[in-house]
Amino acid sequence: MSSETKQILTTDGIPLEVSLKKAERKNKIKAFLLVAPLLFFLIITYVFPIGDMLFRSVDDKMVTQMLPKTFKAMENWDGQELPDEEVFAAFHEDFIKLVEDKREGKLSTQLNYTKNGFKSIIKKLRRASKKFEEGNYKEQIMAVHKRWADVEYWRAIQRRAPEFTGQKYLKGMDMYVNEEGKIVSVEEDRRIHRVLWLRTLEIAFFVTVFCFLMAYPIAHLLATLPMKYSNLLMICVLLPFWTSLLVRTASWMILLQQQGIVNDFFVGIGLVADDNRPEMMYNKTGSYVAMTQILLPFMVLPLYSVMKTISPSLMRAGKSLGGTPFVAFWKVYFPLTIPGIGAGCLLVFILAIGYYITPALVGGASGTLISNQIAFHMKSTLDWSFASAMGLMLLSGVLVIYWLYNKIVGIDNIKLG
Amino acid sequence: MIFTATNVLNSKIISMNKEFVKFDKVDKSYDGKVLVVKDLQLDIAEGEFVTMLGPSGSGKTTCLMMLAGFETPTHGEIYLDGKAISSIPPHKRGIGMVFQNYALFPHMTVYENLAFPLRVRKIPKDDADKKIDKALSMVSLQGFASRMPGQLSGGQQQRVAVARSLVFDPQLVLMDEPLGALDKNLRESMQYEIKHIHESIGVTVVYVTHDQSEALTMSNRIAVFNDGKVQQLSSPDELYEKPVNSFVAEFIGENNTFAGEVSDISGGKCKVKLSNAEILANPISVKGKGERTTVSLRPERALINPGEKMDNIHAGKIEEVIYHGDHTRVRINLLGNPEFILKVPNSSSNMDIKLGNEIKIGWNSEDARALDPK
Repeated sequence: MSSETKQILTTDGIPLEVSLKKAERKNKIKAFLLVAPLLFFLIITYVFPIGDMLFRSVDDKMVTQMLPKTFKAMENWDGQELPDEEVFAAFHEDFIKLVEDKREGKLSTQLNYTKNGFKSIIKKLRRASKKFEEGNYKEQIMAVHKRWADVEYWRAIQRRAPEFTGQKYLKGMDMYVNEEGKIVSVEEDRRIHRVLWLRTLEIAFFVTVFCFLMAYPIAHLLATLPMKYSNLLMICVLLPFWTSLLVRTASWMILLQQQGIVNDFFVGIGLVADDNRPEMMYNKTGSYVAMTQILLPFMVLPLYSVMKTISPSLMRAGKSLGGTPFVAFWKVYFPLTIPGIGAGCLLVFILAIGYYITPALVGGASGTLISNQIAFHMKSTLDWSFASAMGLMLLSGVLVIYWLYNKIVGIDNIKLG
Repeated sequence: MIFTATNVLNSKIISMNKEFVKFDKVDKSYDGKVLVVKDLQLDIAEGEFVTMLGPSGSGKTTCLMMLAGFETPTHGEIYLDGKAISSIPPHKRGIGMVFQNYALFPHMTVYENLAFPLRVRKIPKDDADKKIDKALSMVSLQGFASRMPGQLSGGQQQRVAVARSLVFDPQLVLMDEPLGALDKNLRESMQYEIKHIHESIGVTVVYVTHDQSEALTMSNRIAVFNDGKVQQLSSPDELYEKPVNSFVAEFIGENNTFAGEVSDISGGKCKVKLSNAEILANPISVKGKGERTTVSLRPERALINPGEKMDNIHAGKIEEVIYHGDHTRVRINLLGNPEFILKVPNSSSNMDIKLGNEIKIGWNSEDARALDPK
C-alpha cells in the first residue's frame, strides 16, 4: 500500500489489514495444527536421525576426551622426533586414570583403528604401569615396548586429537591419512568399498535399464487397452505390491536355485546339461532378476500415468501426416513420455541404489551392495560411525544424481501422476 | 484475406472426377453384433466439400476413420481416385486430417508441427520452408512459427491444425468436428475461413459435424447420417427445403409436424386427415389412401393473417411469445398440435401478437411435405 492512500477502516473502526489478519489467524492456526503431527513426525523420524548420523560419522570426541592432558601437551610438539617428557608425563597421567576407570581397552580399540599394533602395546603398558616410578616417564614408557619409542605411533595418537574427523569417509572410499598426513589409497587387495560402490552403481543402472525396457510396453498397453482388460493388467502389475517383499524374494530363491524351477525347466528343454546347471542365484544374476521384478511397478506406474494423458489422436495425426508407425512413435509419442521415463528411472535408480533385503538374500558375495555393507557395520562390527558415514555418502550420491537429473532433464519435467 | 474471383473459378473447374472418393457397399461392425455403418454407398467428387452430418452414434465418424485408414471396413471397399485403399496403411494414403481436439504435437513449435509431414516426405528444407510460410499465411498466422501450441488460443490452434493438414498438398482433407471446442463466435468465423480456404485451393474436403448450421454454411453437399445409413445426400438448400424423410426434416432446421392419415391423393396434392381437421399437403413419400404420414412444415413458410391465395388457412391460439431480437418466436396451439412454431419478423405490422390471442395461420400445400410416419 502506498503511503498516500488512506488507511482503510472496517465499519467498526479497526484497520482493514489488522481485521484481515485477525480473520485469517484462526485458519492459519487450524492449518498448522493439521500439519503439525506430520511435521513433528518428520522431525523425530527424519531430520533428527539424519542429523545424528551426520554428527556420528564425523564425531571423534572419544579419544579426545580420554587423553585430554596428552593432547594439551602435544600442542607444542612438532611431530618430527619423539615428544619430550612433558607429553609422556601427561599421557601417563591420562592413562592411569583410564586404567582406574577400566577404559583403557576402548582406547586401544580406537587407536588400533588409526594404526595397527596399539592393542598389544597398550595391554603391555597397563601391566607395566603398575610398577612405574614417579618421574622420567619417557624412559619408562619407551622401555615397555619398542613401538612406544617409535615416533609413528605417537603421530598416530596425535592424529586423534581433533574432536571431529573425516577419516570414516576416507575409509568408505578405501583411503586413509598416512603417517605424513597425506590422503592415500589402501593397498589394492584391501579395497573392498570401491568395488561395492561401483557394483552398486552398476546394478542400480542395469536394473533401471531392464525395468525401463520391460515397463514401457506394459505401461503403453495399460494406457491403450480397453478398460476391462487394462484393469486386469493393472492388478497384475500391482499384485507384487500386495505381497511381502520377503515372500517375493524367497520365491525368487525357489525359482532360481540350482535345483530350482527355472533350472529344471532349462534342463527339461535341453538347454543345459543336468550336471552343469548354471548358478543363477547368490551372484549378480540373482540380484538383477529379483530387483528388476520387485522394482518394476515403480517404473510402470509413472509411465502409465503419463501415457494415459497422451491423446491417441496424436499418434493418429502422426500417421495421417505421413509418418510410418515407427516415426510417429519416435517423433511424437516417445518425446511426450519423457517426463514419465524420467520419473520412473529416477525412482527405480534411487530405490535400487539403496536396496538391501533382496541383494542380501539372493545376491551372495558378488551380488551384495553398499547397503549390505552398511548393515554389516551396524550389526556386526558395531562401527556405527563408519556405517553413518557410508549412509551419508549414499545419501549425497543420490542427491548428486537428483541434481544431475535436474540439470539435464529438469525436475519440473517429472511427472508422477 | 482476399479471395479473388479466379480462385473461386478454379475450384469450379477442378471438379472433374465425379467419383474421387467412393464408398462401395461398405459395412462396419465393431463387435460382430451391431452394424455401425450399413451398406454405405457414397460418391464424392473431386474438389467438393462434403459434410457428414448426423447425431452422435450415427456412424459418420466411423466412415471418416475408415477413409483415413484407422478403421477397416468389415465389408465393401473404399476407393480413392479409382484405387482401392483398404490395404493401404494410413501413412501412405496421403490424406490430410484435422482432428477434433486439433492433435497438435505439444512438444513441437508451430513450425515443427507443420514441418513434420514435409520431413517424413523428405522434402528439402528450402521448399519445406516455402510451403510452411504459404500454409501459415493461408490461415493468417504468419509470425507464429516459433510458438508452442500451448501458447496459442483455441482458434489459433485450430488454424495451425488446418494449416498442418494442408501443408503437404494432399488431394483430400478430412475434418473430424474440428470446430467443436470453439466458442460460438469463433466457430462461425472459422466456418467461413475454412470454406474460403477450400474455395481458394480446390482441395476435396470431407467434414464431419453434428452441428447442422455448420454443415449448411460450409458444404457443397451434405450427407445426413442416421442409424448407420445415409438418409439424404444433397445440397444444403435442397436438404432444408426438400427433406426426403421425416428424420431429415426433423434433424435439419426447425420443423412443425402433423401426424395423420392420407384421405385423398390427386394432382400432386393430398389430403391428410388429422384428429380434428383436414389439411392439404405435398405427397413426397406417400403413395395412396389410408397411409400414415407425418406432414412437415418449416416455421418460416407459415404466415399469420395470410392472403386468400394460400390453400391452408387455420386458426390457432397463441400459447407463448418469445422475443429474439430480430424476430419473435410464437408458439401456437394449432389443429391439435400445441408445439406449432412461427417465426415472425419484428416489425410494426405484427404488433397484435399477444399471448392468448386467436390468430389465423396460412401456408401453401406445396410447402407442407407429407413424409413417412415417425
